[in-house]
Amino acid sequence: MISAAQIPIFIVIVPFLAAFLISIAGLFKEKYCQPLSVLAMSVSLYAAVATLIHVINHGVIHYHLGGWPPPIGIEYVIDHLNAMVLVIVSFVGFIVSIYSKKSVEQELPDKIPQFYTLYNLLVTGLLGITITGDAFNLYVLLEITALTTYALIAVGRGRAALSGFNYLIMGTIGASFYLLGVGHLYIMTGSLNMADLHQLLPSLYGSGAIFIAFLLILIGVWLKMAFFPMHGWLPNAYTYAPSSTSCLVAPLMTKVSVYVMIRIMFSVFSPKFTFQEFSFHEIVVWLAVVAIVGGSLFALTQKDFKKMLTYLIIAEVGYMVGGVWLANHNGIMGAVLHILNDSMMTLCMFLVVGIIVYKTKGHHFDNLGSLYKKMPFTMAAFTIGALSMIGVPPTAGFFSKWYLILGAIDANQWEFLVALIFSSLVNVVLFFRIIEFAYYPSFSNQHGDAHGSEKIDEAPASMLVPLLIVAAGLLVIGVFTGKIVTYIIQYTIPNGL
Amino acid sequence: MKAIGLITVFSLGMALFYATIDFPPWADPQSPASLHVSPHYIQETMKETDVSNVVTSVLADYRGFDTMFETSVIFTAGIAVILILRKYSKKEDEKFLPEVSEEAEPDIIIQTVTRIIVPFIQLFALYVIAHGHHSPGGGFQGGVILGASFILLAISFNLKAMLRRISERKDILLGGIGLLIYSGIGALCVLLGANFLNYKVLHLIIPEASQVEARSYGILGVEIGVAIAVMAIMIAIYANLSSDGKYDKGL
Amino acid sequence: MELILAKYNYWIYVFLMMIGFYAMIVKNNLVKKIIGMSIFQTAIILFYVSIGAKKGATIPIIEHHAHSGAIDPAHYINPLPHVLMLTAIVVSVSTLGVALALILKIYHQYGTVEEDEILEQIQ
Repeated sequence: MISAAQIPIFIVIVPFLAAFLISIAGLFKEKYCQPLSVLAMSVSLYAAVATLIHVINHGVIHYHLGGWPPPIGIEYVIDHLNAMVLVIVSFVGFIVSIYSKKSVEQELPDKIPQFYTLYNLLVTGLLGITITGDAFNLYVLLEITALTTYALIAVGRGRAALSGFNYLIMGTIGASFYLLGVGHLYIMTGSLNMADLHQLLPSLYGSGAIFIAFLLILIGVWLKMAFFPMHGWLPNAYTYAPSSTSCLVAPLMTKVSVYVMIRIMFSVFSPKFTFQEFSFHEIVVWLAVVAIVGGSLFALTQKDFKKMLTYLIIAEVGYMVGGVWLANHNGIMGAVLHILNDSMMTLCMFLVVGIIVYKTKGHHFDNLGSLYKKMPFTMAAFTIGALSMIGVPPTAGFFSKWYLILGAIDANQWEFLVALIFSSLVNVVLFFRIIEFAYYPSFSNQHGDAHGSEKIDEAPASMLVPLLIVAAGLLVIGVFTGKIVTYIIQYTIPNGL
Repeated sequence: MKAIGLITVFSLGMALFYATIDFPPWADPQSPASLHVSPHYIQETMKETDVSNVVTSVLADYRGFDTMFETSVIFTAGIAVILILRKYSKKEDEKFLPEVSEEAEPDIIIQTVTRIIVPFIQLFALYVIAHGHHSPGGGFQGGVILGASFILLAISFNLKAMLRRISERKDILLGGIGLLIYSGIGALCVLLGANFLNYKVLHLIIPEASQVEARSYGILGVEIGVAIAVMAIMIAIYANLSSDGKYDKGL
Repeated sequence: MELILAKYNYWIYVFLMMIGFYAMIVKNNLVKKIIGMSIFQTAIILFYVSIGAKKGATIPIIEHHAHSGAIDPAHYINPLPHVLMLTAIVVSVSTLGVALALILKIYHQYGTVEEDEILEQIQ
């Protein structure tokens, strides 16, 4: 009865419907909330994969909501780029929904239905941002993701409420800037549909209002992705959030924002406008360089594992933004590939942190003592993730870095090359330091109960299995990078570049 | 900090002033915004949806997908407030709570007037919801008025008086049901073989309705869902904020 | 003079927006930040609604007897910005609710809503 043409809508609608079912189910039986969430995520993941395969075989999909053709109605446009991002988002949503069970039971025992309701809405929001072809629809979904994230972060420990509030202020400024930019586009063209805007805008490229619109949207999106110099809210917000929240938000939020930036730059505006009329791209690459170097240096000064990772996220955002703004083939390819790789690497790292928090009740370096003996599987996964963050072949992280380096050479932007290599070296120091901490018993433990704590004390299977899948995924992606590039990534390069 | 703030604000202001130079003059019927997409809505709404209030038809049909997420933004806010504030245990420390000096005397005039006026407010709310097709109104406005009638009860009596009429459980249930009505109508369209939220296929299950009338009924259906959800969530947000998540006496 | 008459609506929105933005990023009191946020969002609503205006047009409700004849779009204001702003109003109300909840939580945690005092307590 349901035709194959309807599959794209299920990616978004199933988690959306599940959110309300979960909130109702929570009133009767709390234990149904998490399985319902897993079920919804798996359907969504299945639909996303089916859509990706369809896009690879048959090209771009257009789905008209309400049956109204664009620009009158809202449409979904799924091409290679967002089909890939959809799979990433629904995969991360699926993995974390399995993983979160124990950790939510420990951290938010009396708020389980609310947590999973917001969790599903958050994933819906991220999927909706990715799939939509309408500039205003994107804003509405941006706000859903934002509101859910504020709440999910604010229920964490310590300074969580304050960092949640700061994030709320910055996030609202970002979303409002985006909305203002869309308003400027609307007043100049009368359309909200991205493809329609793409057609209408070239005749207006000289106009100051369009220029300001582009700037406003860019600044709004940069605020959302914590690009330098608008990164201040991120480290605290992600550090104090509950483990399951940061596992979901840290890999996805920044990457989806990067996706939105690429979409705005190339699908609403055009490469010609972005790189020729708007000749700022060298400055943006310099900002990216500062983000990479600054993020790495701040990460070096941290004594807290999770906080260190949050600074690395800022550096990784620099990778992707810089790669896109290198304005050449290899740079953009590297950036898009890095969206995939970095979301997997960050997911892997935060899953490890979540397990450490679950077992040792903290994420300070002191909590890491002799973890290699206590949790061999977790730490093996961590090692793969760390190698990937550093960029050692054949892990996934190497290949995107390689493309980014090629792009930097093509663009003659040597400072970006230096920043990439510098950050890889810093990552070597950072992760080997952690491996050292985790190999030996921690200093405070050395004298006390050193004997009792050496036994194997592995994480529960519901946390360990997702982590191992992700870690294996890092290797698989690394091995199949060539295939991914031929089938997906090379189509994401905009025409006229 | 202040200086940086001022500089940022002024550079933003300058940029926006600069952008206004290129804007078409205010209220110009020949501006691009008035010529490109919107004429279609004004000219075709009667023919395509049978709804004379163009704002309603655009809101619930042409851009109905936006509105569905808009409703879920409210729902999100309600659940978020519950997640942040609700305290199920009673042993929360209250060291920073302002001391309530003495209990406010219940005022007989206010309570009597409230008792009389609440049914009329709710009746008006139903009118606003149902008449959204032909006059200003619709699900959001009607839902807020409905919610306000309950909040009025809570203010003039106390929170308990409101919770006796609509308990916390029922409230969350209603919020979920409201959104399930909206997205359920959308999903029903998919089951009947059309795109999501394409109400015209509802003529297959609504007796004696043409495709255009089916759109009109579909809009009414989602407006009712919106109204229920908005009402429930407004009440939930008020109850949590006013009682600090404890659902006791309230303000 | 003509320029002022033609654009003053947009200038007012810019001015309102600057007030709100200033309060959001500079004010020390968290509640004042939220008030700034509301002004900021209201300014955007004013901007959008201004886009929808048409001289000499009426509210976008089609008269029933106009059903048969052709409908002139110039007689009715542009409905689309109004729809969009209904969404923006809803979003700003929701954000306000969550922000107030967060402030309540912060107040319970630190006993104050002044940002500098909170930061002092953390250090």
